[in-house]
Amino acid sequence: MPETATSPLNVPPESKAPGAPALAVRNLSVFFGKNVAVKKVSLDIAARAVTAIIGPSGCGKSTFLRAINRMHELNPEARMEGEIKLFGDDIYSRNVEPVVVRRRVGMVFQKSNPFPTMSIVDNVTVGLRLNGVGNRKVLAERTEQSLRMAALWDEVKDRLHAPAISLSGGQQQRLCIARALAVEPEVLLMDEPASALDPLATSKIEDLIVHLKKEYTIVIVTHNMQQAARASDFTAFFYLGELVEYGPTTKIFTSPSQKRTEDYVTGRFG
Amino acid sequence: MTAPNHRWRQFKDLLMRVVTFACAILVVAPLILIFYHIVKQGFSSLNFAFFTQLPKPLGEKGGGMANAIVGTFVLLAEAAVVGVPVGVLGGVFLSEYGSSKLNWWVRFAADVLNGVPSITWGVVVYGLMVVPMHGASALAGGVVLGLMMIPLVMRTTEEVLQLVPGGYREAALALGIAKWKTIVQIVIRTALKGIVTGVLLALARVAGETAPLLFTTGNLGWAHKLTEPIAAIPLQIYVYAISPYDDWHRQAWAGAFILLLLVLAINVGVRFFTRDRFQSKT
Repeated sequence: MPETATSPLNVPPESKAPGAPALAVRNLSVFFGKNVAVKKVSLDIAARAVTAIIGPSGCGKSTFLRAINRMHELNPEARMEGEIKLFGDDIYSRNVEPVVVRRRVGMVFQKSNPFPTMSIVDNVTVGLRLNGVGNRKVLAERTEQSLRMAALWDEVKDRLHAPAISLSGGQQQRLCIARALAVEPEVLLMDEPASALDPLATSKIEDLIVHLKKEYTIVIVTHNMQQAARASDFTAFFYLGELVEYGPTTKIFTSPSQKRTEDYVTGRFG
Repeated sequence: MTAPNHRWRQFKDLLMRVVTFACAILVVAPLILIFYHIVKQGFSSLNFAFFTQLPKPLGEKGGGMANAIVGTFVLLAEAAVVGVPVGVLGGVFLSEYGSSKLNWWVRFAADVLNGVPSITWGVVVYGLMVVPMHGASALAGGVVLGLMMIPLVMRTTEEVLQLVPGGYREAALALGIAKWKTIVQIVIRTALKGIVTGVLLALARVAGETAPLLFTTGNLGWAHKLTEPIAAIPLQIYVYAISPYDDWHRQAWAGAFILLLLVLAINVGVRFFTRDRFQSKT
């Protein structure tokens, strides 16, 4: 792996993120049994910016994402090597529990999954309530704040106690984003958050992502090249578990330095 | 050339239809016959005294099954206390924690236990509780029914928990919610109606058990304490039905009618729960 892939080089000043990187990934490898899903990936993810992970199916991008909040450990066969630092803290350190990592690194999944037994408001506050926040005023404030950030407040403010599954697919996904934001994570991971939605709902989610980066660090896995080009500041191209190229999105899409990146973003394979 | 062949195929199709329909009727017919006889004989034998009076001594007319009716409810409550926590938590272990190798053995054991003849359960609890306690008791009767419920409740709980999409577990864990809270607040809550359905069906199944109670309850009078013998409807039916007296036969029919109503009521409750579940899904 060429060292140039480690950090976004020649970052134009206007797209350079302020401060230290949110995530510093070094030599990350993830194995499932004997199979290697991610091979020695090193990269820095900028704070308060959107980083897109692109690549063909099976290239390890989802596994990479799940390693950032240790969700890959749900698979008992999974094993990792290397290091991930979240604002300087080693998230794989021996005395760090996965539960604590996941409170700091939230996740939104491909398929919207609001809890079917709960109302809209209960879905938003569940992460707080089950982690011991009982103050009604705090919960009410956080509900409105999260739903506003997820651009859902105006649509649901009059029926907060309606079942979450009464919402449309796009609304359900924004509810899941609000639910993830309510626990105030530092980083938000999104695993193809719009791939199951219609174009209108997709564009709402993309607008939302661009809006959210003012306060959050966002890492998004996507199959959709246009989405990566529109919504992200940095793009990492994965292929067969390796990081092929990483840099500012405009550079990856207009003048990639690797032949494979160019072939993929122009639709010649994948 | 094709016509006779075509007719032969039509005939085979018709034959299959008739045979399967006949088998379907054979499934329904016994239920209708049982219903018809029990309702006809049982309903006419019912009266107010049946619900309020104790069995009369041999030779006296009248009397009722008040103690057996109450006894059956007491035994079912005890069975639920014994069977539901162990069964549900065992099912949670199988679905949420166990390893595939251990699960295989636990499932295997549960399936074998499901197939153990009910009289065997009675003998086992006789040896474990009745003999050491020097006598039959309501406690022993409740325990034997509860033990019989455990494998039933465990397997249905496991099945309905497995139906909860993995996405809900992932979503909860990704919020930084601890695993046990995820299981209790998200997974079990989502599957609660299915679990209740499984518990009700297991209760309906053991409500009519007679053989295990023969060894354990004593079937006498009123039980004022759980350590005293207790009566139960199925046992009372058994005792009355094999007696040579017409009056007792009538009481047995009435008891069968009440037991049938009880099991029917539980099954209707189950229908109510399952229907509700499908409605809330759409």
